[in-house]
Amino acid sequence: MNRRLLWPAVVLALLLLLNLFFTPGFLSIEVKDGHFYGSLIDILRFGAPLVLVSLGMTLVIATGGIDLSVGSVVAISGALACLAISEGTGVFAAVALAVAVALVLGAFNGFLVAVVGIQPIVATLILMVAGRGLAQLITDGQIITVTDASFKVIGGGYLFMLPFGILLALVVLAATVFLTRRLALGLLIESVGGNAEASRLAGLRSRGILITVYAFAALCAGIAGVMVASNVSSADGNNAGLWIELDAILAVVIGGTLLTGGRFSLGGTVLGALVIQTLTTTIYSIGVPPETTLLFKALVVAAVCLLQSAAFRSKVFPQRERPAARPAAKDTTEVAR
Amino acid sequence: MLKKISALVLVGVTAVALTSCGKGDSGTAAPGGGTTTMGFSQVGAESGWRTANTKSVQDAAKTAGIDLKFSDAQQKQENQIKAIRSYIQQKVDVIAFSPVVESGWDTVLKEAKNANIPVILTDRSVDSADKTLYKTFLGSDFVEEGRKAGKWLTEESKSEAGPVNIVELQGTTGSAPANDRKSGFAEVIGADPKFKIVASQSGDFTRAKGKEVMEAFLKSNPDIDVLYAHNDDMALGAIEAIEGAGKVPGKDIKIISVDAVKDGMQALADGKISYIVECSPLLGPQLMDLAKKVLAKEDVPARVVTEETTFTQEQAKKVLASRQY
Repeated sequence: MNRRLLWPAVVLALLLLLNLFFTPGFLSIEVKDGHFYGSLIDILRFGAPLVLVSLGMTLVIATGGIDLSVGSVVAISGALACLAISEGTGVFAAVALAVAVALVLGAFNGFLVAVVGIQPIVATLILMVAGRGLAQLITDGQIITVTDASFKVIGGGYLFMLPFGILLALVVLAATVFLTRRLALGLLIESVGGNAEASRLAGLRSRGILITVYAFAALCAGIAGVMVASNVSSADGNNAGLWIELDAILAVVIGGTLLTGGRFSLGGTVLGALVIQTLTTTIYSIGVPPETTLLFKALVVAAVCLLQSAAFRSKVFPQRERPAARPAAKDTTEVAR
Repeated sequence: MLKKISALVLVGVTAVALTSCGKGDSGTAAPGGGTTTMGFSQVGAESGWRTANTKSVQDAAKTAGIDLKFSDAQQKQENQIKAIRSYIQQKVDVIAFSPVVESGWDTVLKEAKNANIPVILTDRSVDSADKTLYKTFLGSDFVEEGRKAGKWLTEESKSEAGPVNIVELQGTTGSAPANDRKSGFAEVIGADPKFKIVASQSGDFTRAKGKEVMEAFLKSNPDIDVLYAHNDDMALGAIEAIEGAGKVPGKDIKIISVDAVKDGMQALADGKISYIVECSPLLGPQLMDLAKKVLAKEDVPARVVTEETTFTQEQAKKVLASRQY
């Protein structure tokens, strides 16, 4: 396994072990009502929206940017889908509408960053704040409940005995891996993230790449939004996707992608997202009192970040660091921030 | 050229931002003039209950001819403190708010007091030792709601001998309804050792969290008899988790919930929820009355409780059609 992925994987394994200690049947998966059932399935199912959002976030961060608006896009797309369905639109059309609007919002972000030249954190902050209001406007401040069985499938249903949401996340993951690792897109993104100006001089259309990447992040968020809404058969403009942008950024960082842009790791991001979701589930399962939940989370996340820092590791486990057989530049800057 | 485009876009964005900000303060009447101005800081729009509460306040203000400056704190105390400070600066006649959490209000309330602006608390209370910081507190008695839930459970399982395993979905950690509904319930069931709360976690008053936490409860506690949810939305989320686990909500696991919003009442009538303790959000008219009395320097009681009841499944079927929220 890639050394970059080692530490998040170790933490994930430790968390699962901790659960096994408190709940002996934690790792068991049974078949219930013709589908798999168990805590691990839950982690994957509730983690699917985070995985999706984090995938988009990874590419944005790889270009040296950041997208704070994904949480609001989650809320908007869920609200739009539920509103359309509650007004009699077909499920397919409603979902298509929601995802299309998400795509447009993402392109708007990309336009602000690439064409207007606003700093990514500011450009996406606009939609983060305004988008939450937009979602509440769409739902009229109410929670829209929909009782459509086929809509329910997206976030709460099953296919091939597995939750549909997991499969959907896998499909998006596979598509992303294909686009960025089998085609040149990944290289172009890393190049723009490494040095946008040099890339432009080398003949890359960095503007187009930036817009594409932000649109893709919003697309992922849009799909996640539909999934979140479908899971509880309702759209909650105020709470859907609240703070998911922070979890997504954390997942990307835990996965070993640098916030400065350049190289990125999709596998690391997925691992990071699963660490976060496992952490959440762990808190519920082992019964950490709600008052100390945030502290517990912070401690675990701090531990992961410390473990990933090469500087910290070399201080704490000096004998285990191999002599510098390869250029250490990338590794020493790997301090999570 | 590029600069022109960016300038245009910026102008557009600013315009959008301005119009969306301007939505809240509709009236421009000078405070202290003909109309009374009330600054109201709402917790958020986290549940159907809350939106009904917001609507009740807004409608009642319109009827009472009070100019309402409304702000949504999106469940953050700092937003609420900011809103209250801005109301003080705008010199409104009276400030009303539903505190997100119980503690940490002394400073900003003192600022309001120094500016001679009376404060009315609605729906949730604060734990300030100095009771002169606010005029009155209008709202439900959450401890009593917890007690009502506990009493129903003791009645319901009177004949049962074995241990009754209860899981609890708490509201937002630190909020008054979560603290009080927890303690009221614990107080009543604590009298009988057969009741045992096997797990208790925060579901943030939302469906999504209610479902997620209940899924985890179902796996870590194989033997759950009763679910006590601090609001209907969490109960509705939990129902989906229970059904997903192949159990029948309301039968295999009895569900007690608080609020009585429409979706919750529907689930109660459908037999999925067993019992709902009402917590009425329609306190707008009472709030406007109190505000007028306070401004007229009349005496008001320090505590005004909203009128509330409880619902069984049969009662829910009867009143379902007439629920406003």
